[in-house]
Amino acid sequence: MSARMFVAYFGSEDGILGATRAVREAGFEIHDVYTPYAVHGMDEAMGQRPSRITWVCFFAGAFGLAVALALQIWTSAVDWPLNVGGKPHNSFPAFIPVAFELTVLFGGLTTVAALFLRSRLKPRMSNAHVLPRVTDDRFALALVVEGHAFDADRAEAICAAHGVVETDFVEVSK
Amino acid sequence: MSHAVSPLREPLVSEARTLHQLTDEIARPMERRPTKAWWCAFLASFSALVLGVYCVSVQVMTGVGTWGLNKTVGWAFDITNFVFWIGIGHAGTLISAILFLFRQKWRTSINRSAEAMTLFAVMCAGLFPIIHMGRPWFAYFAAPYPNDRGPLWVNFRSPLVWDMFAISTYFIISAVFWYVGLLPDLATMRDRAKSAIRKAIYGALSLGWNGSQRTWLRYETVYLLLAGLATPLVLSVHSIVSMDFATSILPGWHTTIFPPYFVAGAVFSGFAMVLTLMIIARHVMGWKHLITIRHVENMTKIMIATGGIVGFAYATEFFTAWYSGNELERFAFSNRAFGPYAWAYWIMVGCNVLIPQFFWFKKIRTSVAAVFALSILVNVGMWFERFVIIVTSLHRDFLPSSWAMYAPTFIEVGTLVGTFGLFFTCFLLFIRVLPAVSIAEVKAVSGYARKIGVTTEFREQSAKKPVDSWRERNGEPNGHGGRTPPQPQSTQRSEEKKKGDKKEDAGAGADLVTEAGE
Repeated sequence: MSARMFVAYFGSEDGILGATRAVREAGFEIHDVYTPYAVHGMDEAMGQRPSRITWVCFFAGAFGLAVALALQIWTSAVDWPLNVGGKPHNSFPAFIPVAFELTVLFGGLTTVAALFLRSRLKPRMSNAHVLPRVTDDRFALALVVEGHAFDADRAEAICAAHGVVETDFVEVSK
Repeated sequence: MSHAVSPLREPLVSEARTLHQLTDEIARPMERRPTKAWWCAFLASFSALVLGVYCVSVQVMTGVGTWGLNKTVGWAFDITNFVFWIGIGHAGTLISAILFLFRQKWRTSINRSAEAMTLFAVMCAGLFPIIHMGRPWFAYFAAPYPNDRGPLWVNFRSPLVWDMFAISTYFIISAVFWYVGLLPDLATMRDRAKSAIRKAIYGALSLGWNGSQRTWLRYETVYLLLAGLATPLVLSVHSIVSMDFATSILPGWHTTIFPPYFVAGAVFSGFAMVLTLMIIARHVMGWKHLITIRHVENMTKIMIATGGIVGFAYATEFFTAWYSGNELERFAFSNRAFGPYAWAYWIMVGCNVLIPQFFWFKKIRTSVAAVFALSILVNVGMWFERFVIIVTSLHRDFLPSSWAMYAPTFIEVGTLVGTFGLFFTCFLLFIRVLPAVSIAEVKAVSGYARKIGVTTEFREQSAKKPVDSWRERNGEPNGHGGRTPPQPQSTQRSEEKKKGDKKEDAGAGADLVTEAGE
């Protein structure tokens, strides 16, 4: 799946931040911004809402905690209770370290899996979907062209005011 | 975002660099052939690794009788090495997770290799409990899995089982954290790659990373969450390691101070190892402007603090032994300081309590050679700390008739040398195939505390530079084209783009700038 985009390239963080904010205020629809590193304040410039992945982490961690406690109590006190050094079968305080470790393990792995799924990160053999130099020293702003009246002159003018170095129309995968 | 910069702040990247220069400087060592120095270091490490493989094979085939253990001293070299290596690993997580949560931006140029160090150190550490089992092919018995012996479950009240969970979770989470951090840099390597093989490998590993801001936002959130999970994890791991000792009733081990004492010691020894490696790396790779004297200084300051905690813990142990009035406890500690292993105890005190005091002097902190030498001494001291805790507490137990001495055999020393071989072999391969400094993170801080930073310079350059507009490529008059964008076919467009890249007409840019002014 790909669509035609208007892409403006910038050479600096300041340029792309200013341009992104300006085109959004001018009513253009931003497809995405491509940067070589995480640009501070870009989420606010693009008007992004905070990621909901934190909830995935919370519930996966809680699930890990429940699994760990259930496993330990069931194996030690229900399935085959053994008297070890006179300690109670359900030695709850002694179960806390493993419960903590599994909370972290489930929470961490599920959060990363959620990132990969949500951002569609998977092994790919070609880098055709990557705009030139955005993993090196270019910052690219991609605007949606199709579906509504796109004013190319106005977009270019705004970008030029923020020091654009190159503009192009490109097929960008969605 | 050209905000005022406090004169108190010093730039993190000590020389002005453009973004492309940073990519080049970090990626180039991987793209040229290995140097002679690299080959020498690699051959030495690999030989040590081969020795280690030989020693481990001998002891697996023969049994733990090849070690110098006896009935009284049942834990010695292997557990010392295990705790030593786990401790080394902890500095990596401290730098990548705890300093991240504290927003210490100087961590960016050292976190990648410190995390790699963590992984390799945990690999070395994990080897010892497994070979210590005597029959390592039954190592999976430590995991709770349904079996046909009942099923007989593991004893979840045992710190050794906690250890198994803690170490494996620590290894997995550290590896995932490291890989997630690598993604943007792997994409940079993919887009720079010339050969098809490199392109394919980096392409597969970078998971199609394209620098999208939508991904960056989630990525930053995930990174923060992982840092938040890894921080208590790293504290828990060494606390649990210390409980292997503290939950026993042996004088010298049975103390509540062990968890914080072990964690501080781990961070202390880990930073010593990071310094040793980083001082070599900045010299060999020419990264003196990335891993600056300031980084070295900051790490020595952390060592003063953690070394102080360790020294305080030594004193507290002695005070508690005396104050408890328990004769066995008092004997364990006087035997430690004045018994047959007193030499090991005083090496430990000398290296861990006295050596870090040199770091109070700015002259020593800023002398790379001095810091390098002192960091190695701290590593030696921290190895002896574990040896002292384990062997001196065991060798003179409750019954004087069973007192014994312990000395390592060739096989045990060879295994320790072998783990150093494994560690350095992995590290040397790592700096050849993966960016040892985080490219994306260093770029993000390269403008830090610069009035005329990289970014501003770039803007000035780009303002002068003509705009390479799509209009040019389609032969339209500049800035006076129709309101609807042209619809060329994709193949045509890419050909035209190549031409346009070379042309760079000045007219297009000038025209657009005027248009913007209107």
